[in-house]
Parts: sequence; C-alpha cells; structure tokens
Amino acid sequence: MTPVELTKCDSASPFAKGGLRGISTAQPCAIDVRGLNKHFGDKHVVQDLSLQVRQGEIFGFLGPNGSGKTTSIRMLCGLLTPDSGAGQCLGYDVIRETAAIKRHVGYMTQRFSLWEDLTIRENLDFIARMYGMKNRTQAVNAVLLKLGLEERRNQLAGALSGGWKQRLALAACMMHEPQLLLLDEPTAGVDPKARREFWDEIHQLAAQGISVLVSTHYMDEAERCHKLAYIARGKLLITGTIQQVIASQQLVAWEVSGDGGLQALAAQLRALPAVEQVTAFGSRLHVIGTDAAQLDAALQPFRQQSAFQWEQIDAGLEDVFISLMERHTRQQGAT
Amino acid sequence: MTLGASFARLWGIAMKEFIQLRRDRLTFGMIVGIPIMQLLLFGFAINSDPKHLPTAINVQDNSVFTRTFIRSLENTGYFQILQQVQSEAEADRLLAEGEVQFVVNIPPDFSRQLVRGERPAILLEADATDPAATSNALASLVSVGQSVLNRDLTGSLAKLRPTDAPFEVRIHRRYNAEGITQYNIVPGLMGVILTMTMVLMTGLAMTRERERGTFENLLATPAKPLEVMVGKIVPYIMIGLVQMTLILLAAKFIFGVPFQGSLALLYAVSLLFIAANLTLGMTFSTIARNQLQAMQMTFFFFLPSILLSGFMFPFRGMPEWAQVIGNVLPLTHFLRLVRGILLKGNGLVEIWPHVWPIVLFTVVIVALGAKFYKRTLD
Ligand SMILES: Nc1ncnc2c1ncn2[C@@H]1O[C@H](COP(=O)(O)OP(=O)(O)O)[C@@H](O)[C@H]1O
Ligand SMILES: [Mg+2]
Repeated sequence: MTPVELTKCDSASPFAKGGLRGISTAQPCAIDVRGLNKHFGDKHVVQDLSLQVRQGEIFGFLGPNGSGKTTSIRMLCGLLTPDSGAGQCLGYDVIRETAAIKRHVGYMTQRFSLWEDLTIRENLDFIARMYGMKNRTQAVNAVLLKLGLEERRNQLAGALSGGWKQRLALAACMMHEPQLLLLDEPTAGVDPKARREFWDEIHQLAAQGISVLVSTHYMDEAERCHKLAYIARGKLLITGTIQQVIASQQLVAWEVSGDGGLQALAAQLRALPAVEQVTAFGSRLHVIGTDAAQLDAALQPFRQQSAFQWEQIDAGLEDVFISLMERHTRQQGAT
Repeated sequence: MTLGASFARLWGIAMKEFIQLRRDRLTFGMIVGIPIMQLLLFGFAINSDPKHLPTAINVQDNSVFTRTFIRSLENTGYFQILQQVQSEAEADRLLAEGEVQFVVNIPPDFSRQLVRGERPAILLEADATDPAATSNALASLVSVGQSVLNRDLTGSLAKLRPTDAPFEVRIHRRYNAEGITQYNIVPGLMGVILTMTMVLMTGLAMTRERERGTFENLLATPAKPLEVMVGKIVPYIMIGLVQMTLILLAAKFIFGVPFQGSLALLYAVSLLFIAANLTLGMTFSTIARNQLQAMQMTFFFFLPSILLSGFMFPFRGMPEWAQVIGNVLPLTHFLRLVRGILLKGNGLVEIWPHVWPIVLFTVVIVALGAKFYKRTLD
C-alpha cells in the first residue's frame, strides 16, 4: 500500500538559510523530507518516510509502540543518520547541516532525559549555556515564570512528578526560541489536567508561528492537531487533516447499546466477513465495516433483536487507525 | 562558531559536573578516602627490603670463628637467629614449614680446615620462594664472608685473611642510603592512586550519561565533542590536584619522605600526568557502552600499569618486550619523574626525557577519543 499523501509543500522551500521567514505568501515547510530509511541490524525500522510539516502547523505523529516514531524524529533532528533519503528541516539539510538544525530545533525526548541530580534551575541554566544564550539568567527566569516552575526552581529534577518533569522538559526545549518543536510522546504518564494545559501551551506556540511535530497515543490529542500522520511497522500509512484521514478510509460504523449479552453479540459479529472490527466501550459496541451495503445486509438479522439499540454513527479517528493497522497487518501476512 | 562560544559551553559542562559531583556523596568520599586509605595501607604494608628474617643455625663446630661469624650475621640486621638445630632433617622441616627463612650450616671441621687454609664452606640454605624477600639478605652475606674473620685471624693465622680474594663486593646505596622502602613506595603510590581514580572517574563520566539517557539531551544541543570531553575533565583535574596534595602531605609528615627538588615542578608534571589519565578515562568512556565496560577497561589498563611500570618490579629486570610496553605507560615515566624530583632533586633538564612521552600519550589519546565520540545515537 502506498502512503496516501494529502499534504504538498512548495518544492522550493522559502525558508532562507538562517531561518528567515519566507517572503512568499505560500506557507513554507518547516519539515520536508523524502524517502528516509533506517535499519537497525537487518530490521528495517523506518521505510521510505516522506513528511511535510508547514510552518505554524501542529502535526500529530501516531502509531503503535515500536512503529518507528522515535527513530523518525531522531533522524529529523540529526541524532540518527538516515541510511538513505534526503530533505530539509527549517531549510537545513538533514544529513549535512545537523549542527544548524540542532541550534534551531527544540527536541523533547520520549524518556525524561534531563539531569535528575540537578535542580530545575540548574538544568535550565545548563541548557541555556549549551545554546550559548546571551541573556541567560533573564531567559531562564522568563521560562520559569511562563511554565509555572518558579516556585519549584530549587527542587531536584529527579524528585519531580511526571507532570512537572514534562513541564521542565518543555521549558528546556523551548528556551532557545526554536522555530520547530519535535515532541516525542510528551504527555505519556501525565494527568489529564496537565495534559490539557500542555496542549494549550502548544497551541499558543503554534499561533506564534512555531511548527510542532508531536507523537502521541491519545486520540483526544490527535484531534487537537492540524494534521496527522499514522505510521505502522516503519511505514507511513496515511497523512492529512482529521477529516481527510477519516474520509479516506470510507468506514461505515454502527453503535450498538444494550444492558446484557453484549459480549456474546460481539463474538457473533466478529465472525461476520463484512465486519472489520468490533470494539467494546462499556455498555456500547462499535461495529465497523468498509462496504456499507454488505455491512447493512450482514447486520440486518441482528437488528431485529429487541435487546439492543442500533444506530449508524460517523467513524472516529481511532476506528480509522485500528482499521488501517489491521489491513496493513493482513497485507504483511499475505506477502 | 567562535572560540569564545566554545569556551562558554566547555565551562558550562564543567560547572554541571561540579554540581553533580558535589551531590554524589559516594564519589566525593572516594576522592578523599581512596588516596588516604591506600596510602596508609600500602605505605606501611609494602616493604621490599624486609629485615630480621627468621634464621636457624646448624653449628657442628663450636669455635671462636663460628661465634664471630654468627654474631656478624645478626649484625647485618637481616638475620634473626631463632634456634640451633641438631640435625639436617630438623633444618629441612623448619624450612619446609616456613618457620625460618634461612638455615646456616657450619660443618664439624670448619675451624680445623680454616686454620689449615683449606677454605672450608659454610652452607646457607634459603627459602627463595619470594626472591625479593631474601635477595638483600643474601647480598649482605657476601661482605660478611669477606671480612668477618679478619679480627680473629691474628698472628700466624694472619696469612689466612681473605685479602687475596679477587675482589670485595661492596653495596653502596645512593639516594636512599638506609634503603627505606617507603621513600620509594610512597611516591610510587601517588602515581598508582592517581592512575586508578582518574581513569575510573572519567571512565564513568560519559557512560553514565548514556545509561541514564541524558546523553540524548546533550547530543541534541549544539555542544561539540571536544567541548564536552574537556569540560568533563576540568573538575577532575582539580580533584586530582587535591588528591596529590593529600598524598604529598602524608609523604612528608607521616612517612618523612625527603623533598629534594622543586615542588612547583612536581605539581607541573603531576598536572600533565593527571591530564593524561583523564583523557584516557574519557576515551574509554566514549568507546564503552555502559559503566561496567568502562570499569573493565580501566582495570585492563590498571594492571599492566602496576606490573610493568617499575612500581611492583624493578623495571630493568623485565624482559625487553615488557619494557617496551612499560615505556608506553604514563605511570612508568611519572614514577621516574616523582622519584627524580623528590629524592634526587632533578630539574627540568634531567626530567625532560620522561616528560615528552606523557605528552605524546595524551595527544594520541585525545585524538582517539575525539574520533570515537559518538555524534549521533547510531
Ligand atoms: N538503537 C536501536 N537499536 C536497535 N533497535 C532499535 C533502536 N532504537 C529503536 N529500535 C527498534 O526500532 C523499532 C522502532 O522503535 P521506535 O522508533 O522507538 O518506535 P516508537 O517510537 O514508534 O515506539 C523498534 O522495534 C525498536 O526496538
Ligand atoms: Mg517512541
């Protein structure tokens, strides 16, 4: 299956070297890479990755664990060298100009990777020094204030809870005012309130023209992105806006609700060839298929049963991703 | 990038290491504890010139000559006569059980043969399992044999005085006239302690970042390999100097080692030696995948350093190939530098032949380290 490409960037990136904003009215590309490949041993971890992220865009990067998200992000910021492929990040070549990319990109690692035996303030101060920032103290103070870290500035990073660690990591990667943020599962293990605040912050940054590539597992977060990409086993399966992604799969969905016997019903429904997936949500089931007529016919006998209420609904992102994933797995199994 | 920016980053890394070191109680304790503990332990324990070695005598001939001989044996300080044995079998047993180190056998007709000018033989049996322990004692025996009986051979016996011996062996020790082992061991320990702690501590420096995952963050910043390496080394240079000062103080006030040469020169060569070991540790650190590997590499280097540098065994006694290896090691040259400066009062001109090999070593190792430093996570 070839990836469905719904995003196109202007071929000549208007990003001038040094990160000057383009004069062109067309939206410039913050990330524009094509055909990136990465092997670890004989494992082909990222296959022919092509990705375009525009300036000011929040781009969601989704996919199951081990699908190659982290590896892709590391290739974008010069921490891993692609085996093949080419492209640009902020107008800098991803192979040759990694030093410049590092200066202008903020990268937040999946695992907390600041120094646990340094305090919040010392961590930020160190990072500021590494970026050679002129007004270091001022910048550190500003970011402490902005992310509400002021009170805890003298706490050791190792003693912070997940939410505060994540804030500190965000502070550290945005202090040098990068034009592109690469955030690798920034909200894993963070409580819902902190997650919401985090996303508010991301939207504010995007509004200032900063581009954000963020990998996540959460569907509610995916829905807050301007664009999405879904990767499975190293292959980019789809990119586009939420609407485009959902529309492209043309899924038909039914919701079944009822008080008892849902488990037994689910087992029966799964056996039907027209049914692609059946997912349980508490006292509801989502039944997904690709062919509306076939699904309708197959479900007809079940809809007669009075114990359950049936309703046709719009397929959600999650349904689309699971469907994509299963179809990909089936194809891989076939070859 | 300008040199100034580079230096600012380098300093940033040094500051960070300082803070982390300060919070790491165990390491901090090691820095002060290891040199003091080792110094006291080895400084007092190692003695390559042991005296008062247990000796048994098997005297079959009781005469003025034998009594004189035995008294002068004791006077050398090496032999402590524990007992008189009656038979060869008993003597063998004592030696075999390690009860005594030596057995002196004086044959029954010793005096008669001596007077007749037949040059009788005294048999000294030595437990030579540890050659180092007995060699000095045996050497002292030669002079005893040469001169001891002169006083007793008087009158008509004077012609028997062994003046016709082809030569007389005289042991003349220079620089350490009394042969006090500590004068040699303590400066040597300085090199050994610095080698161990310096290589080990920086050996862990980079692998620790990798194991904790912080290396990824460091890599994502614009910091360059050389800035990181040198920045991480700076705090340890100061630690090395602190350790050295501790050892020097102990050398002077506990062991009474003489300070003949220039203290400034000593600090200068020590700085060089510390830098050599730190860069080596840093290079190990860039090659090793984890802290355990870095530790193994350190010990892989530490063993030949101890064994082939002349610290453990006399350098000139080693076979050619071992001397070649030894000459590559910084410790070999540092030992000669410290002993030269402290005990002989050597100046820059005399020590130069041992300075440049350390400089060369350091430069090569830095180059290797910069080459192996991983700029990516590949
Ligand atoms: N340094 C590495 N060496 C070997 N295999 C790796 C390495 N990093 C990642 N992988 C493998 O590559 C695959 C993709 O990993 P990753 O990019 O971390 O996925 P994701 O971030 O989507 O969970 C996984 O199977 C992982 O085991
Ligand atoms: Mg990942």
